[in-house]
Amino acid sequence: MAQGLSKRIKSLQFAFLSPDEIRRMSAIKIITADTYDDDGYPIEMGLMDLHLGVIEPNLRCRTCGGRVNECPGHFGIIELAMPVIHVGYAKEIKRLLQSTCRACGRRLPDAPPTRSDASADNDEAPVRPRETREERSCPQCHEVQQRIILDKPTTFRENGHKITPKEVRARLERIPDEDVRSLGLNPKFGRPEWMVLTVLPVPPVQVRPSITLESGERSEDDLTHKLVDVLRINQRLRENRDMGAPQLVVEDLWELLQYHVTTYFDNQTSGIPPARHRSGRPLKTLAQRLKGKDGRFRSNLSGKRVNFSARTVISPDPLLSINEVGIPVEVARALTVPLEVTLHNQEVAKELVKRGPSPGPAAEGGYQCGVNYLIREDGQRIKVMDKNAEACAELVTPGCVVERQLIDGDIVLFNRQPSLHRMSMMAHFVRILPHKTFRFNLCDCPPYNADFDGDEMNLHVLQSQEARAEAKVLMKVEEHILSPRYGGPIIGMLHDHITAAFLLTYQNPRFSRSEVTYLLSKLRYPVPPPAGQEKDGTPYWTGKQLFSLTLPSDLSVEFRSNIWNRCDCPPSSCKHDAFVIVEQGILKAGTIDAKAIAFQKGAILDAIARNNGMARARQFLDEMSRLSITAIGIKGLSTGIDDEDVPEDARREIDDALGKARVKVTELVEEYRKGELEQMPGRSLEETLEVMVRRELGKARDTAGDIAGRYLGLENPAVILAKSGARGSMLNLTQMAGAVGQQSVRGERLMRGYYNRTLPHFKRGDLGADARGFVSSSYKRGLSPTEYFFHSMGGREGLVDTAVRTSRSGYMQRRLINALEDLKVAEDGTVRNTAGTVIEYKYGEDGIDPARSFGGAPVPLEEIMAQVLGRRVKPVVDGRGEPVAGAPPVGEEEMDLLAEAQAEEEGEEEESEEFGAPEEGPGFEGE
Amino acid sequence: MAEEKRSGDAFAQKIQSTARRQGVEIPPQLAREIAEKLAHVRATPAEVTKVIKAVAERFRRATVDAHESVGIVAAQSIGEPGTQMTLRTFHYAGVAEMNVTLGLPRLIELVDARRVPSTPMMTIYVERKLRTNREEVQKIALQIEVTTVPDVASIGTVVEDLKVVVSPQAALMQARGVRRADIERALAENLDDRYFKLSSGGGSGETRSFEVHPTETPPSRTKKDEPVEEMPFKKLLEASEEAKGIRIKGVTGIRRALIKKEKDEYVIYTEGSNLDGVLEIPGVDAARTTTNSVFEIHKVFGVEAARAALILEASRTLSEQGLGVDIRHLMLVSDVMTNEGDIRAIGRHGISGRKTSVLARAAFEITAAHLLRAAITGEVDELKGVAENIIVGQPITLGTGAVNLVYRPLARAAAPAPVPPTPAEKVAEA
Repeated sequence: MAQGLSKRIKSLQFAFLSPDEIRRMSAIKIITADTYDDDGYPIEMGLMDLHLGVIEPNLRCRTCGGRVNECPGHFGIIELAMPVIHVGYAKEIKRLLQSTCRACGRRLPDAPPTRSDASADNDEAPVRPRETREERSCPQCHEVQQRIILDKPTTFRENGHKITPKEVRARLERIPDEDVRSLGLNPKFGRPEWMVLTVLPVPPVQVRPSITLESGERSEDDLTHKLVDVLRINQRLRENRDMGAPQLVVEDLWELLQYHVTTYFDNQTSGIPPARHRSGRPLKTLAQRLKGKDGRFRSNLSGKRVNFSARTVISPDPLLSINEVGIPVEVARALTVPLEVTLHNQEVAKELVKRGPSPGPAAEGGYQCGVNYLIREDGQRIKVMDKNAEACAELVTPGCVVERQLIDGDIVLFNRQPSLHRMSMMAHFVRILPHKTFRFNLCDCPPYNADFDGDEMNLHVLQSQEARAEAKVLMKVEEHILSPRYGGPIIGMLHDHITAAFLLTYQNPRFSRSEVTYLLSKLRYPVPPPAGQEKDGTPYWTGKQLFSLTLPSDLSVEFRSNIWNRCDCPPSSCKHDAFVIVEQGILKAGTIDAKAIAFQKGAILDAIARNNGMARARQFLDEMSRLSITAIGIKGLSTGIDDEDVPEDARREIDDALGKARVKVTELVEEYRKGELEQMPGRSLEETLEVMVRRELGKARDTAGDIAGRYLGLENPAVILAKSGARGSMLNLTQMAGAVGQQSVRGERLMRGYYNRTLPHFKRGDLGADARGFVSSSYKRGLSPTEYFFHSMGGREGLVDTAVRTSRSGYMQRRLINALEDLKVAEDGTVRNTAGTVIEYKYGEDGIDPARSFGGAPVPLEEIMAQVLGRRVKPVVDGRGEPVAGAPPVGEEEMDLLAEAQAEEEGEEEESEEFGAPEEGPGFEGE
Repeated sequence: MAEEKRSGDAFAQKIQSTARRQGVEIPPQLAREIAEKLAHVRATPAEVTKVIKAVAERFRRATVDAHESVGIVAAQSIGEPGTQMTLRTFHYAGVAEMNVTLGLPRLIELVDARRVPSTPMMTIYVERKLRTNREEVQKIALQIEVTTVPDVASIGTVVEDLKVVVSPQAALMQARGVRRADIERALAENLDDRYFKLSSGGGSGETRSFEVHPTETPPSRTKKDEPVEEMPFKKLLEASEEAKGIRIKGVTGIRRALIKKEKDEYVIYTEGSNLDGVLEIPGVDAARTTTNSVFEIHKVFGVEAARAALILEASRTLSEQGLGVDIRHLMLVSDVMTNEGDIRAIGRHGISGRKTSVLARAAFEITAAHLLRAAITGEVDELKGVAENIIVGQPITLGTGAVNLVYRPLARAAAPAPVPPTPAEKVAEA
């Protein structure tokens, strides 16, 4: 047997079931409208007949003899007394009737256009086929045609006279095959008359199982209820017809049968009342089972439930590697990995089985994995228990499969919903830990968009070698450090890590031997030689030195820190320590902050990931996590409400500035009232006033912030958080210390509420700052009652916004995914869809994978040039990193140089003349 | 200058062909960049070759893998930041006086391929000769902006004389660059002289008023079979409404035109969009003038321009929100939307509704209709896409699912294998 080859469904053919076929596939004809007799035994020829399959234990299927889990179920049949229209095809039938002769069934010459390939959604807004002109006659038989109207949902009328389904069926039967084909149907897969039902298939009981309530009462499935209705009316119709009842009675019953069959297919057909359950709940019939989010397609076919998965609350653990996940023992014992027993491992497998499902601690202490199931070669599944463990171990032979519990180092998939991108599900290595939460390194929060305020996450254990191999190669966390969205790191340090890195490197603090020993014990690094000695002779180590330990020795980067505040000191000796220089893995100068190591920006992180590989980047993140968490424990950082204290003078200054702004606003309003305000072009007077007031108040808030900011220096912990990019911004701080500022709803000052005013605290028509939602207090000082109210108005808008946005963007993404899911890069580099249509000749016009790009650029040019040429790239860039103007242009000289170079290089091997004129086209030139 | 550029291009081409000999096709833009940088540092010939080789190597490493599911990655890369975007519809763009839809609503609008954007807007550039001259640009702006009679004149009714008086306002006229003759021409052209009589009223010179006398009721306005005697004041009202709607000049659809100085030229921003009409205006730089209405661009410049416009608009919307999304993702979405020569929406009425697979369509929206239709026409689902294969429960055809690794182990029997075993065989799916 060729292993790994699996059967594959190549294609699916959709078609009609012909009445004959329905009869052929049915196991029994259903006549009785009842289900069970008084003893709870299925009634013969009833809807639960044992020929249809079994759902109760201890019974055997009368058709195949199978038991509950063996019998797949069989269809039954209801012979309809009179034909009825299939609702789903009413429109199609109308089209056919209109397009064919009422007498001979041939296609009429000016029939509405074929819509064989028109998509089904056009049903909603069909291009109305030209209403058949009156007085039209058939070219074959000269029969004069009549106008046909579809009286929704299922009644056809010809010149106002009803055409019975029987007549409809007769007409459809008359259409010859070649005309059927020309009308867009395929007679091979369905004759048009089959759209009028004469028999109704009855689905197997497995499709509509009845449920037994606790009270012992039986409750039937909605479909069964509906079928009961159909049967009952069918029976009455037959009796009445056979008895020769009045035409009117028969027609009424016929219509009732039509109603029941219609609702059996689709209980939301427009134009008829939905069939209801006794309780008044509308029945869920065939169409409802398939449709919508909870329907079969989206809920059960496109998404499936799985085994070998777990879900629990998550919590952080900075000491884990970024590609590990901490798993509670309870979970580890419930999840298993199949271990195929071979000649080589059977002894090990036996030992494992012997341990049973709940082994005690290992000899050296700690968790030990057990075995939950043993699957024998014949597929028999034996539950291993403490009692039968020994016995089971005897059964282990090569060819068995032992379902072993998780151990450290197993690979699992870890996921958090909503799974918006591929980084929402990554492969981690198992670490079995005490306590009951899943744990992972904080650096993994951004890709999962997780926090620890009660979030839960899912875990899946891979069951096949192939899956594990793919997960290891493609899905490991470190493979996803660089996001395909923008070609930069999405996994990186955050919050405390950044603060710690800042504290460690800013102005290069010194650490004593005991501190360094403690720090490095977490990294398991030996203590390096000290950086120097204090005046009293005790050795010290510097923060930059410690940080450098985590860097690869060949790393060289230069960039400006997050704290860079447009100072233009020379890079190597910046007063503010804001210019980072790393040479050969040593941090020479600069402060490590968000710009260096944070997710989405981290320049150092980016450089390591690209130059030293993903594994090294992982190591860097792991070590930095440990180093920074320990370092912040030594240095310490806490912030509190008094960090936002500003001196009394400043307070007064702020109040002054705000007062002035308020006066200015009053003046503007006054000007507006008098009509003296100069109108802005294209704006109404009111809009002009609003724009100017907002501008004025915005300025005031900034001034207040600036004044407060003057007293908030880098010695302030809150400022450290903001400036290093760890958390918060200076705006947040100035709102706490200075003034909160203008509140807005829909981008405008607050104006709604009472008649012509926001709150009864103000005069009608007051357009001043305070009456329209300007909050001049700071968070620290506290808001006045009106300010508080205004603030909550703004806050509410934010909440509503978020709620609306998630649903809107969710739908947009669903549509995008649906539209693009089938596109892939073919082996020739083109992007194609399933039909084989070329969407792009070369992916992204250059064939570069965004995840491997350098922030979108295919190659890091400057870096390459710096590497290849050494020092030479520098001169074109000045101190600020701006290119110097007036650098020499490319001239003939360079071209000649290049030609020479090539001649030198290739020499005799190839004729150097060929690269005079480059070829066109996307094709690659092989060597 | 032109010569310099040409020689630079030639250098770039040489770089490209050198890279090609390394087996890598680098895009011309990158080649030009390399050329420029190399020229800056005055590299030696040997160094030039070395750089190109290094670039080629890095480039090769960064190329996409075959069977990569680029579509899904693109959709995720655009969809995921959607959650971080603002919903606030309006934002100021460029000019403080103008509102433009941005953020998530704008992105949805682009993806939906709406015929008319919710805030159509144009950026009109002026020809080289005129662009630095504020007066000239203003003149063009006035020509573009729609000016109606009420914009430059007050319209009043005199009931006793049964007339509508249109009195031009000097200040407004000057601001709009309208002369009395223009108003007169507009009134004369647009008022149906069967029902209205136009005459001059009081005042003198430029501000001399016009009078509109309703004569008889237009027959079409009276209802059939009931010739109701129209009240005279009703006619008057009609006349006044008529006068209010008359356009004196401007391009249809352009509600407002504003001028803004950008670097060293004046640019016209408009509210409302009519690319076709604006390009007709003399003095407009047709090469740079643009609109945010992708459909208009499609109509005037064709599908390639529409594709470029989609990419540009989407990338601008995203970057305005501070969200970095690689341009390749936007390109792919735009390419899918414009693949068949017109602009198709992402969604039920566009791409998703026209997928080849019945199951994929059924799984997206309007399930029952698709299934019923499939039976009529006897459709076949080839199970080539992602959704279909998930539904039937087999591996998808992207990524590692597109490729099979077949291992034929040696026969277990100790007998010497007559045929040397194939160690591994890569079988690509058909």
